Amino acid sequence: MSESPAHSGASGGGAATAVADTILEMRSITKTFPGVVALKDVSIDVRPGEIHAICGENGAGKSTLMKVLSGVYPHGTYEGEIIFEGKPVEFRGIRDSEHHGIAIIHQELALSPYLSIAENIFLGNERASRGIIDWGRTNSEAAKLLEKVGLAESPDTMIYDIGVGKQQLVEIAKALAKRVKLLILDEPTAALNDEDSANLLRLIQSLRDQGITAIIISHKLNEILRIADRTTVLRDGQTIRTFDMHAEQVTEEDLIKAMVGRSMDHRFPERTPNIGEEVLRIEDWTVHHPIQQERKVVDGASLYVRRGEVVGLAGLMGAGRTELAMSLFGRTYGTNISGRVIKDGKDVTPATVGDAIRAGIAYATEDRKRYGLNLLADIKRNVAAASLEKVSKYGVVDGGAEARVASRFRDDLNIKAPSVDVTAGNLSGGNQQKVVLSKWIFTDADVLILDEPTRGIDVGAKYEIYTIINSLANAGKAIIMISSELPELIGMCDRIYAISEGRVTGEVPREQATQENLMRYMTMADKGASDDKDVTR
Amino acid sequence: MTTLKETFGGNLRQYGIVGALAVIVLLFQVLTEGKLLLPNNVASLIQQNAYVMILAIGMVIVIIAGHIDLSVGSVVAFIGGVVAILMKHEGWPWWAAVLAALVFGLLVGAWQGFWVAYVGIPAFIVTLGGMLIFRGLAIVLVGVTLAGFEPGFVAISNGSVTNFLGYIANRDVVTLTFGALVIAALIVSQLRARAALRRHELHVEPVTALVVKLALFAVLIGYFSWVLAGSRGGTPIVLVIVGVLIVVYSFITQRTVFGRNVYAMGGNLQAAILSGVNTKRMNFMIFVNIGLLASVAGVVTTSKAGAAVANAGNMYELDAIAACFIGGTSVYGGIGRVSGVIVGALIMGVLNMGLSIMRVDPAWQSVIKGLVLLVAVAFDLINKRRSGATVR
Repeated sequence: MSESPAHSGASGGGAATAVADTILEMRSITKTFPGVVALKDVSIDVRPGEIHAICGENGAGKSTLMKVLSGVYPHGTYEGEIIFEGKPVEFRGIRDSEHHGIAIIHQELALSPYLSIAENIFLGNERASRGIIDWGRTNSEAAKLLEKVGLAESPDTMIYDIGVGKQQLVEIAKALAKRVKLLILDEPTAALNDEDSANLLRLIQSLRDQGITAIIISHKLNEILRIADRTTVLRDGQTIRTFDMHAEQVTEEDLIKAMVGRSMDHRFPERTPNIGEEVLRIEDWTVHHPIQQERKVVDGASLYVRRGEVVGLAGLMGAGRTELAMSLFGRTYGTNISGRVIKDGKDVTPATVGDAIRAGIAYATEDRKRYGLNLLADIKRNVAAASLEKVSKYGVVDGGAEARVASRFRDDLNIKAPSVDVTAGNLSGGNQQKVVLSKWIFTDADVLILDEPTRGIDVGAKYEIYTIINSLANAGKAIIMISSELPELIGMCDRIYAISEGRVTGEVPREQATQENLMRYMTMADKGASDDKDVTR
Repeated sequence: MTTLKETFGGNLRQYGIVGALAVIVLLFQVLTEGKLLLPNNVASLIQQNAYVMILAIGMVIVIIAGHIDLSVGSVVAFIGGVVAILMKHEGWPWWAAVLAALVFGLLVGAWQGFWVAYVGIPAFIVTLGGMLIFRGLAIVLVGVTLAGFEPGFVAISNGSVTNFLGYIANRDVVTLTFGALVIAALIVSQLRARAALRRHELHVEPVTALVVKLALFAVLIGYFSWVLAGSRGGTPIVLVIVGVLIVVYSFITQRTVFGRNVYAMGGNLQAAILSGVNTKRMNFMIFVNIGLLASVAGVVTTSKAGAAVANAGNMYELDAIAACFIGGTSVYGGIGRVSGVIVGALIMGVLNMGLSIMRVDPAWQSVIKGLVLLVAVAFDLINKRRSGATVR
C-alpha cells in the first residue's frame, strides 16, 4: 500500500470562488490522527443563504470536517484556514464558533431531558441578570422561537415528554437563540419518521428563505436532491466535487458514483470459498429502541449464514446493523425483541449472553475499548474472559493453562506483545482487536459476528485481520461481518445483506457486489415500505 | 527508576505501600521513644484492628466490582446483638451462637444483594438503607448494652493461642513456630509460582530480586513474630482468624473464576456482560460475602468489648473503605488486592496506636488520618497519570 504522506502540497487550482459571495470558505484543510489522515487538503465554500449538502460514505471525513469548522478540533490541531464572512477565523472551541454565529446540531441530540424546553433553549446562554434567571424573558423569548420553528408546545414542557422530531426543532430554536448565521445539521433526519423528516426539511428551507445558511450532512440522497442548492461529495478525506443542484440535472446515481468511485487493489487476501450447510438462521427479527419504545430499530429482518461462509452486513450509520447483532447476542440491545434464531435446525433464541455463547455464537463488538476489553487486565485474562470454564476446575482457575492458551493465540494471531502479561490498555488498536478475536475464537463458536473488525486500525494490521477471518472461514466457521467500508465487504464476503432503516433491503451475491449496487440498497430509505403511511412525496 | 521497576516486576505500587507502612512504623517508633513496638503493644495493635482487616477484605471485593458498602458498621452492631441475645436470653453455648451469627451475616448479605443485583438499586442507596435498618435493629435487640459472656467467647478477641511448647529466652515458642511456618510457606509459594511461570515461558523476575524480596519479608516476619512472642499471651487468637481469612481470600480473588469475574466487572462492566458473566448473580454473591465477613467482624468486636453495645461498629464502614483506598484499591473499580488492603488497614492501625501512645487529641488524630487518606489516593492517581495509563 502506498499512501501519500500527510502533508500534501499547497492547493493548486482549488475552489477559487470570489470572496464576496461566500459566507464560509475552508481552504485546504488537512487533519491527521495518529496513523490516519482523516482530511487531506479539503476545500469547500458555502454561499450565503444556501443549503449546502455534504455527502460521502461512512468515514469519508464529513463529521471531522464539521468538527474542524465548529472548533471541536481547535485551531492549531489541523492545517489550512477557515474564512468566515470574509475574515480568517481561529476557533479555539465550540464557544468561539458559536460566538461567530455558527451552530452545529449533532446526530445525538444534546438536550437535557429533565429540563424544560425554554431552559434547554437558553442553556449556557441564560436570560439572566447578575446570575438570576429572568423567567419572564426566558419563557416569552422561548415561545417566540418555538413559533418560528413551528413547534406547538409550551416552553415549560419537559424535554423527555416530547418526541425526537420535536426535540430536533428545540435544537434548532436553541441555535436561533444564539443568532445563528450558519446552521450545521449532522444527519438531522436519521432518527425521524417520514412526517417529522418532511417537517424538518421544510423548516430548513424556510430558514434559508429568511437568510440563514445551512450545511446539512445526510446519507439520504433523496432528501439531498429535494432541498440542497449545492452538494459537495467527500471521499477518503478528500473533496471529490461540488455539484450545483440547480444548474445540472443531478441524480442519485451521480452522487453515488462520486461517493464510491474508487479503484479496488489487492487489499484483501485470496480465499477459495468452501461453503457447507446452513448453520444459523434468523427469522423475522424485530427489535425496538430501548427508550423510544415505539420505534423499530430492526424490522422483520431475516437472514442466514452457512459453514465456511463470510456474510456481510452493509448499511449506513444508524441502519441497525449493530443493533441487530447485539439484540440477537443475548438481548444486549433493545426491548420488545421478537423473532427466532435457529442454529443447526434448532431454535436457540438466546435470552442471555451465556445462552448465546453456549449456542456457539460469538460477537466481537465494534467498540473494543468500551465493550470489548478489560483494559486494566492483561492479555491472558482478556483472552480467557468468555471461556473461564475451559481453564478452570471446580471454580479454580488454572493460571498455567490460561497462560498457555493466551500464548498460543499470541503466536497464531501474531499479537505483538513481549508476553501475555502485558496490559490490554497498552496495546495498539490492531493488537487489541486480535485479543478480542482470540477471546471469541477460544469460545469455540461456530458463528462469529464481527462488528467493524478493522475500525481504527492501520492498513497492515487490517490485512492480518482479513487473513484471520479467512482462515476461520476455511476452518468451517460461519462469519457475519459488519462493516461500514464497502470495499472491505466486497473484498471479503461471499454474500452481502444490505440493511436500511432496520430492514433487510437487499441480498447481493459476491459476483454482483459493486459499491453502486450496494449503495442503492443501503439508501433505499422508505421506498420498500408499504406498511408505513407515506404522504410526503 | 526503570531498574527498580524491573527488579520488582512492575509491582512497585504494592511495595510502595509496604514501604510507607515501614516508614510510618519507624517514625512512630522514634516519636514514641520505642513504645510502639513493645510486645504488648504489637499484640493489642492486632487485637484492636482485626475488625478493620476483616471488613476491608470484604470491602475490597465490593469496591473492585465497582460498588460500595456503607452498612458494615451497623451490621457489626446488629450481629453483636444477635450473639448476645442467643447466649444471654436463649442460653445457647457460645460456639452455637457464633455459628448462628455467621448465618445471620449471610442473610443480611442476601438481603442487600437482592436489592442491588435483582432490583438494580445502586449499592450506595441499598447499603445506606442497610446502615439505618441494622443500626435500628441493633438498638431493638440490645437496648444499650448486654454484657457478661462466657470466657470462651471473650477469648476470641482477647485470648491467645495456648502455649504448649514453653519458652525459649523468655519468648513464646508457639508464636516463633508460627513465624517460621509462615516464612517457609512464603518461600515455597514464591518458588512454586516462579517455577510455574518458567514452565509456561513467561516473564520471571531476576533471581537477585527474588532473593532480596524473600530475605526482606523473612526478616520482617521473623522480627514481628519475635516481638509478638515476647508479649503477654503470645499469638492472639484473632491473628489466626485474620491470617486464615487473608490466605483464603487472596486465593479467591486471584485464583478462582469468581475472583476473575469480580475484576472483569470492575475493569469494564459492559465487556464483562458481553463476555457472558452473570453479573446479577455475581453482585448477589459479592454482597452475601461481605455480609458474612461483617458478621465475623461483629463477633470479633463483641468479643473484644465483652459486651454487645447498640452503637458498636460506629464508622467502621469508613475505616474499611479508607483501608481499601490507602491499600491501593482503585476508586473506579477493577484494581485492588487483599494484601494491599491489609497493609492499608495496618497503616491506619499504626497511626491510631502511635498517636494514642503520644496522647494526641482524638480530634487531631481524625484530622491526620483524613489527610493520610487524601495523600494516599492522590499519590495513586498521580502515579497512574505519570505512567500514562488511562485514568477514567
